[in-house]
Amino acid sequence: MVRERNNVFNNIDWTLVIIYLILVLMGWLNIYAAVYNEDHKSIFDLSQSYGKQMLWISTSLFIGLVILLTDARFFSTFAYLIYGITILSLIAVLLVGSEVSGSKSWFEIGGFRLQPAEFAKFATNLAIARFFSGQHINVRDFKTRVIPLILLGIPGLLILLQNDTGSALVYSSFILVLYRMGMSGNLLLAGALVVLVALSTLMVGHIYVSGLLVILAGLLFAFMKRNRRNIINLMALLALGIGFTFSVEYVVENFLEEHQKTRINVLLGKELDLKGAGYNVNQSKIAIGSGGFLGKGYLNGTQTKYNFVPEQSTDFIFCTVGEEWGFVGSLVIIVLFLYFLIRIINLAERQRSDFSRIYGYGVAAILFFHFMINIGMTIGLVPVIGIPLPFFSYGGSSLWAFTILLFIFIKQDANRNALL
Amino acid sequence: MANKSLASRKQTVIAIFVATGIIFLGRLFYLQIIDDSYELSANNNVLRYVTQYPARGLIYDRNGKLLVYNEAVYDLMVLPRQVKDIDTLEFCRLLDITPEGFVQRMKKAKDYSRFKPSLFEKQISKETYGYLEEKMYRFPGFFVQPRTLRKYPDPMGAHLLGYVGEVNQSIIDKDTYYKSGDYIGISGIEKSYEENLRGKKGIKIRMVDVHNREVGSFQNGLYDTLAVMGNDLYLTIDAELQQYGEQLMQGKMGSVVAIEPSSGEILAFLSSPTYDPNLLVGRVRGKNFSELSKDPVKPLLNRAMMGQYPPGSTFKMVNDLVGLQEGVLDTHTHYTCQGPGSSPIRCTHNHQSPLDVYVAIQQSCNPFHWQVYRSILNNPRRKNVKENYTAWRNHVMSMGFGHKLGTDMQFELSGNVPPAEKFDAIYGKGRWNAMTVRSLSIGQGEILVTPLQLANSAAVMANRGHYIVPHVVKSIGTDKSVKDKFKKVTSTIEPAYFEIAVEGMRQVATMGTAKWYQIEDITMCGKTGTAENPHGEDHSLFMAFAPADNPVIAIAVIVENSGFGSTWALPIASLMIEKYIKREVSRKEVEEKMINGKLY
Repeated sequence: MVRERNNVFNNIDWTLVIIYLILVLMGWLNIYAAVYNEDHKSIFDLSQSYGKQMLWISTSLFIGLVILLTDARFFSTFAYLIYGITILSLIAVLLVGSEVSGSKSWFEIGGFRLQPAEFAKFATNLAIARFFSGQHINVRDFKTRVIPLILLGIPGLLILLQNDTGSALVYSSFILVLYRMGMSGNLLLAGALVVLVALSTLMVGHIYVSGLLVILAGLLFAFMKRNRRNIINLMALLALGIGFTFSVEYVVENFLEEHQKTRINVLLGKELDLKGAGYNVNQSKIAIGSGGFLGKGYLNGTQTKYNFVPEQSTDFIFCTVGEEWGFVGSLVIIVLFLYFLIRIINLAERQRSDFSRIYGYGVAAILFFHFMINIGMTIGLVPVIGIPLPFFSYGGSSLWAFTILLFIFIKQDANRNALL
Repeated sequence: MANKSLASRKQTVIAIFVATGIIFLGRLFYLQIIDDSYELSANNNVLRYVTQYPARGLIYDRNGKLLVYNEAVYDLMVLPRQVKDIDTLEFCRLLDITPEGFVQRMKKAKDYSRFKPSLFEKQISKETYGYLEEKMYRFPGFFVQPRTLRKYPDPMGAHLLGYVGEVNQSIIDKDTYYKSGDYIGISGIEKSYEENLRGKKGIKIRMVDVHNREVGSFQNGLYDTLAVMGNDLYLTIDAELQQYGEQLMQGKMGSVVAIEPSSGEILAFLSSPTYDPNLLVGRVRGKNFSELSKDPVKPLLNRAMMGQYPPGSTFKMVNDLVGLQEGVLDTHTHYTCQGPGSSPIRCTHNHQSPLDVYVAIQQSCNPFHWQVYRSILNNPRRKNVKENYTAWRNHVMSMGFGHKLGTDMQFELSGNVPPAEKFDAIYGKGRWNAMTVRSLSIGQGEILVTPLQLANSAAVMANRGHYIVPHVVKSIGTDKSVKDKFKKVTSTIEPAYFEIAVEGMRQVATMGTAKWYQIEDITMCGKTGTAENPHGEDHSLFMAFAPADNPVIAIAVIVENSGFGSTWALPIASLMIEKYIKREVSRKEVEEKMINGKLY
């Protein structure tokens, strides 16, 4: 019993590991297809992305192994330290980092590039988990409410300063963790409403949305109990709502950059810019749409192979799946991801340690956000926000970071029966 | 308790995950399975349909000599959507066009379609293409399509061969085979045998990447079709004779048509002045065409089928044959001739009088033929002049006059043998008689013939009463003879009467108006004509066949505005016959005089 408890390989959740391996392998196969080149068929050719990805995969496996062999308490103990170091690296990258396609978020060391923003995700998750697993947590307490927001806000803001909006938005996924920690469900609903109102404002203009809000308020007023408090609340909500619609337009007009504005407009169907902002999404939809039921077959995707889809080995890797494996392949990937996410949630719930559970929720939330945004954008459901599909997309930093993120959780889970 | 209720929030989180997954799957189902427009777009992205233009069939003469072949050129095509960031100046320099020309062409292409290829510059020479090919990768959106142009090694028979040009919109609308930029035969054989010559277009489906680089064929060429070259044509034309005729006719306006009487095969078919058919090929065609069409001597006019002339005296045997058939003339019939004092038609020759039909043909006596004509029209066998005239007309038309012969070339005119109703309209019903329309008896007046019809009438004489519809194509490919397509037409005159006319024609050549141009060892039967021309100098005509027995060639020569038939038309015809039968001409001084005669 003791021996079993100590042997990490007997306690780890092999399902997660296997799905992880499947996803990584499928990712690699699709990267190979995306950049497939008759002249460089060798899978270890380091001049090609699939050769490099092979290197990232093997190093990731090594990192995973190291994590599994590390004492589980290491991560909770040093959570804030790791967080702190990451924050410092985020600041450093702003000062000495190099700019790649508009984002100043890369350290260049030798021939390799490292993106600290990727690592900030698990570091922040560690810090959040550590905070909520502390002894003096009271969700009614002001401090308990504010400190997580600060923990999330610092990396978010720093990454925003790097001009990497996509990675910054990832921190909004922690709303799921906060929800699980006791944040009011109304806030989640309110969050959804905010998105809804914002989108409809951008689509039809604030005048109509404000008008609609007034009508809704009127209906509410007609049917609710008209006491003084309710009326004041209603008026306040209405004022807030109308103010919000105005500010949405104002922010989009004045704070977003031109390319972000067009991306949003294209998504909303207000602009049809097939050569510019809409090009990626249109080509991506063409690639996926032309896949049909069974796909064109491995290495037979014309749209991806001949580079019609930009960024196809990184952000648009799902196009290769859609084109070459068709609806069936896409279904497999989506189901696999969902199963993976649900599995993480279920494992998180079985944790006795708060740290592990909260960390698990964080893992699921981060992975889900990437999954939702990345695939959503390739099929034209969300604006183009450049974040990778976990385990799939080409890139060393992101694969390493996701591996670390996941394997810390696997390690915590394997250790769940240890004495607290 | 609080923890427990929070644990149930797991369900909400999972529900959010699953909902997202379902939305994605729904969207994917729509994109990949329901909406198939994406597949089309994908094909548009990656597939390029390149038409494979077949080479047109080659054209040979009756002896297998090559008359028309093809030369490779390249059409530069552009796909406007893919043109970006190119060095326009260098491109213009390579193509030798101006930057304005570049902008203009691009605009035209864009106006047609941004996504479909259109012609940027047609028919680039092999040399220019050589330079361009190496630098093609720097000009995305441009590609070339190999085409072929007609080439004529020994320029001849321009009117006969016709020319090829690009299809226009009305052709495209009418015939789905043709697409913008295709070539089509516009005149001559190129037009009438278009379907045989054009071959079958093929299509090659190629795949390109986002930079428009070719990355291979679609499905290993499974759906590609090869272009099939057009059928070769073997003509009935004798290239040597044709060329000789063109040489003889240079500097003269008119036409020569020679036919093999037994088969209707046209041996020579020329209209003068002519032009080098190479002038109407490719990019220079437009400019040359407009120059040729402005030329006052009308080199583009195909006089052999579209020139209509009064036949003059060459028509006299025809009239006599009708007389013989109608029973108003026989070999014993004699009429007197008062020479220039004759009335109502004077005679232009000095000869014996009274004279019979042989001498009348031999000496081309006008009064004799007027008398025959009058007897036909006043024949008491029929009710009136009109009916007699109609009978005369029907006999004449049965010998190939007044209607299209139905040859295998386009734009044949029918000549004119006016119907009786025409005279009714002019003079009033019953108010005209033989006297009124007397000019017809000697091939003048309203009657008009084409050189082809005249040559055909020589063939009718040679065959003693019938002709095979004259044609210029002997076989399609080497094996497919087209003989059966051209039917035998028998005239309404009995063959026996033709012997009388032929004897007259023989005497013309031996002792009559054509005696000065006899050919050694060959008996020619012919008839001169000098057609009065209201617009100027008389036309010189001659029609003949040879040898008298077993004729192998029937010929008609018309030289416009050159006076007597015996001065120009006769010697040219005589030389042609000698050339065809003997392959060598011995009368060099006659030949030289004809070649050097400049009449316009």
